[in-house]
Amino acid sequence: MKRISNGCPALPLLLALLALLMMALPLRARADINLRDDRGVTLKFSAPPARIVSLLPSLTETVCALGACNRLVGTDQWSNWPASVKTLPKLGGLEDAQVERIVALKPDVVLAARSARVIERLESLGLKVMVLESDTHADVRRTLGLMGQLLGTPAAGEAAWAAIEQQVLTAAARVPPARRGQRVYFEVGAGPFAAGEASFIGQTLARLGMANIVPASLGPFPRLNAEFVLRAAPDIVMAPAREVAAMPSRPGWAGLKALKGSACGFDEPRYELLIRPGPRLGDGALLLADCLAGLPPVAGKVAARVGGPVDEPAPAK
Amino acid sequence: MSAHPPFAPLPAALSRTARADLSRRRALALGLALAAVLLGGLGLMVGSEGWSLQALRADLAGDQAALILGQIRAPRTLGALLVGALLGLAGAVAQGLFRNPLADPYLLGSAAGASLAVVAVLAAGGLAGHAISLATAMWLERLGLVAAAFIGALAGVLLTLALAQGAQQTVRLLLAGVVVGVVLGAGADLLTTVSPEALRGKQMFMLGTTGYLGWGSVAVLAAGLAVALPAAWALARVLDALSLGEDSAASLGLPLPALRLVLVVLLALCTGLAVSQAGLVAFVGLVSPHLVRRFAPAPQGYTLLASAGAGGVLLLAADVLARGLIAPQELPVGVLTALLGGGYLIRLLHRRG
Repeated sequence: MKRISNGCPALPLLLALLALLMMALPLRARADINLRDDRGVTLKFSAPPARIVSLLPSLTETVCALGACNRLVGTDQWSNWPASVKTLPKLGGLEDAQVERIVALKPDVVLAARSARVIERLESLGLKVMVLESDTHADVRRTLGLMGQLLGTPAAGEAAWAAIEQQVLTAAARVPPARRGQRVYFEVGAGPFAAGEASFIGQTLARLGMANIVPASLGPFPRLNAEFVLRAAPDIVMAPAREVAAMPSRPGWAGLKALKGSACGFDEPRYELLIRPGPRLGDGALLLADCLAGLPPVAGKVAARVGGPVDEPAPAK
Repeated sequence: MSAHPPFAPLPAALSRTARADLSRRRALALGLALAAVLLGGLGLMVGSEGWSLQALRADLAGDQAALILGQIRAPRTLGALLVGALLGLAGAVAQGLFRNPLADPYLLGSAAGASLAVVAVLAAGGLAGHAISLATAMWLERLGLVAAAFIGALAGVLLTLALAQGAQQTVRLLLAGVVVGVVLGAGADLLTTVSPEALRGKQMFMLGTTGYLGWGSVAVLAAGLAVALPAAWALARVLDALSLGEDSAASLGLPLPALRLVLVVLLALCTGLAVSQAGLVAFVGLVSPHLVRRFAPAPQGYTLLASAGAGGVLLLAADVLARGLIAPQELPVGVLTALLGGGYLIRLLHRRG
């Protein structure tokens, strides 16, 4: 695309326009902000952006968590937290973002995830697009740091991550010892798609001391054969509440032991919180820990520790 | 397809109907030109605020007029016209080449090839580090969706040609196209199972979108059309000869396999260019030649050019509707072309039946 737009007849015009805009800027002593986004592109800002468009819910949440919610002028259609962003213009999703409306909002920066075609188009229209990945805990940490620098509040970014760390530690302490090490199946879609060890959800679970039935080698959110789940016989099932309710009617799933008392069903807002890799990562960890703490005590396992297996038949002699 | 012998001068007895045909052709050409101008104007007016004159006046008065009208709406409007024209032309070439009214530009594996390439690029991010190396992923992402789709479309057609061992036989070519479509389509589906995040992007590509067309795209599309239209005009006589049947065409001394190959290449270039910029816009290529033949039966030269015009007008109309119908949201333009085009075909079938 870049090569094509080089030959574009309107580019000189656009450049001239940009140059004019630059000259119109007051010549203050500028503390330039130079940031490398996750594509490796360096973005230069002469001042922290005052008008921000976010095209990803987790990035919207990050901006707000760093106290810059009032600088958001528009978001994608899925952003819904905190409640104040619901009133902002909704600019479509990543694949069908409304270019014209985004440009009309005159944002100083557009925050987006990778692999959106709209990025090229917005950049060719002279907007600054910051591409941020949020797939893992490390991504969330880096994003918080970058956004802190971008917003002119680097300390807030560090503090937000420290708070998440603290929350995760608190959450880990809340997990009942008998549950620790048990194997979890976390469903993210009725494919069934699962959150494996490589996903940020899997990372949170690992921090809580839980095991995962989906190894990292299968990728972050693999589509599984339903048989795989049955065979793995997870100790705990986690999914949206309505999916958990429907699971016993899936062929063969009625016998899944975890569905008898060891299932965590989350309602829609809580589930959304869990599947967004953003500043509420710590809240998500607490939510998972509370669910684990709320499950009935593990009779079988405690008994096994005290006086041998209960639910296995005694070997015939 | 033309009802007249293409090469012989018209007998005197036919001259009255011939004159009527001629005036219909003029009327169609004039109508298409008028529609293009009108819709072009509408295309500058209709945006995220819907069909509101007030909003337009506000836009014009605002400091962003050059950006919104000049850099977004104008290239988008022109781009839709050009993509539609390329698809209409490709459709007319396909239907003439295969002597089949059901032929469309996506027939020879170009659509499947383009979607496979697009899905590969979309999936690259998700697969990086797992199934493919980071370097490959980076390379795919740098390539970009537009270039990937174009290369994919051409590769699909080349594969079809290889499978059919050139363009010797029409039926063989058609069958090879079907096979390539199925196999490459399965490849794309396989990639989306491994990397589900590519699904949404794939869906947008399959529906077609005119929202990302900039001046760069317009320049590429216009250059393509500037090459394709004269080439098609020059090859129109071959299509005229083919419409008499392959044997008759061969008996006229035409080197059919070679000419067929040239036509396939032209078809692939037009389709690849259109698809890479706007995705798999449905039905424009299929319906435009039908519209033209129905209103003004003519030799292939006229049909080709008029089909390009009809395709452009059709896609531009769909684009304007897509922008305005549920503004500030936008409908995928492919949904509208399928509705408009499909509705027209249903009416046609109903009348004939």
